[in-house]
Amino acid sequence: MGLLENWINKGRLKSPWVVHFDCGSCNGCDIEVLACLTPVFDVERFGIINVGNPKHADVLLVTGTVNHRNKKVLKNIYDQMPDPKAVIAIGACGTSGGVFRECYNVVGGVDQVIPVDVYVPGCPAKPDAIIDGVVTALDVVKAKLGLGEMPKVTVID
Amino acid sequence: MLTFIAALIGLALTPVVGGLLAGVDRRVTARLQSRFGPPILQPFYDVLKLLGKAPMVVNSWQVMSAYIYVMSSALAVLLFFMQGDLLLLFFVMTIGAVFQVVGALSVPSPYAQVGAQRELLQMLAYEPLIIVVFVGISMATGSFKIADIYAMDKPLLLSMPFLFIALGYALTIKLRKSPFDISACHHAHQELVRGVLTEYSGPHLALLEIGHWFDVVLILGLCSLFWHTSIVGMVALLVVTYAAEILIDNICARMTWPWMLKNVLGVGLVLSVFNLLWLYVS
Repeated sequence: MGLLENWINKGRLKSPWVVHFDCGSCNGCDIEVLACLTPVFDVERFGIINVGNPKHADVLLVTGTVNHRNKKVLKNIYDQMPDPKAVIAIGACGTSGGVFRECYNVVGGVDQVIPVDVYVPGCPAKPDAIIDGVVTALDVVKAKLGLGEMPKVTVID
Repeated sequence: MLTFIAALIGLALTPVVGGLLAGVDRRVTARLQSRFGPPILQPFYDVLKLLGKAPMVVNSWQVMSAYIYVMSSALAVLLFFMQGDLLLLFFVMTIGAVFQVVGALSVPSPYAQVGAQRELLQMLAYEPLIIVVFVGISMATGSFKIADIYAMDKPLLLSMPFLFIALGYALTIKLRKSPFDISACHHAHQELVRGVLTEYSGPHLALLEIGHWFDVVLILGLCSLFWHTSIVGMVALLVVTYAAEILIDNICARMTWPWMLKNVLGVGLVLSVFNLLWLYVS
């Protein structure tokens, strides 16, 4: 049993499938997320696959501010992902609400609705920072599984 | 008894071979797209991770379908290694394919529903071809037993080259490769999400993936029957076939189901009938 458990944990850290949700972003960060999939950055090196289905995903990438219209959608997508899972908030808007923070229709950053593990600020966030965010999220998952220490920095600069 | 034990060992090794094949496939595909690509063991990491995820089930039919799919695929591989009857093998394999559709139809998700309908159309395209290939084998050897193929002294490919091409069509569809990846696929084609696999998650998705490995090895095994006289020839034939599959996957776009039916049934059946006539005359 111990051996199988070890193998499964290894698999968990080597195959993070991501699902990407545009929570009202201006598309700047979305373009950067999709840039990670191109041959220049090639995230499949790390086993990362972009899936279109939260049921298959391990990591949720959220871009844009959360507003009262789509906070239910965000929560719904998060709930459909089976455990263990991680959430990454991308861009100035995703991390805090950005320039829309004080707007009457805006709830704020992603962490107002669901727990966020890693923050990747930037306007827009760079693709290498996003990849770094996913790799850091794996360390967070590792720590949650009791296999390592929690990473000290969860805000990718 | 000895055959049975050898077949059981073969059955146990099949997922390992299938997973490694998938890993090499992904790596070569990445290189063809000027990417670096994942590790060769990536498919095993994926399946192990999926096995460790919390199960989320829509209904019990789904779970039953996943198990029946894996069991029938494994049973078909076992029958193949025991050098049993080709027709029995074909029917056992079909049960698995049907239950994959049943599992997808048992949930209300429109993506799974469309995927299931397309899977049925794919079965309509490749199953006649496989049956015709088996008929050709029986005309060449006089029986449907795999053991009788091994008793022949000449490779089947020399008398059935066109039926081998027809089997190549079936292989491409079974591998879920372009241009026939219309019901589900491994790439980031998102219009169907994952088709028949959409509503499966965690351990059940892992089961379907393992079943897929069994299917791939089985169809490659059927291809290997075409050069049974020497190991070197068999391996060379399989390598060339699989390399051609990867190349076709990378140079083709995903096509529609009417195109698939027209091409696979049109070209495939004409080639097959031509080859059957050749076998009949000679």
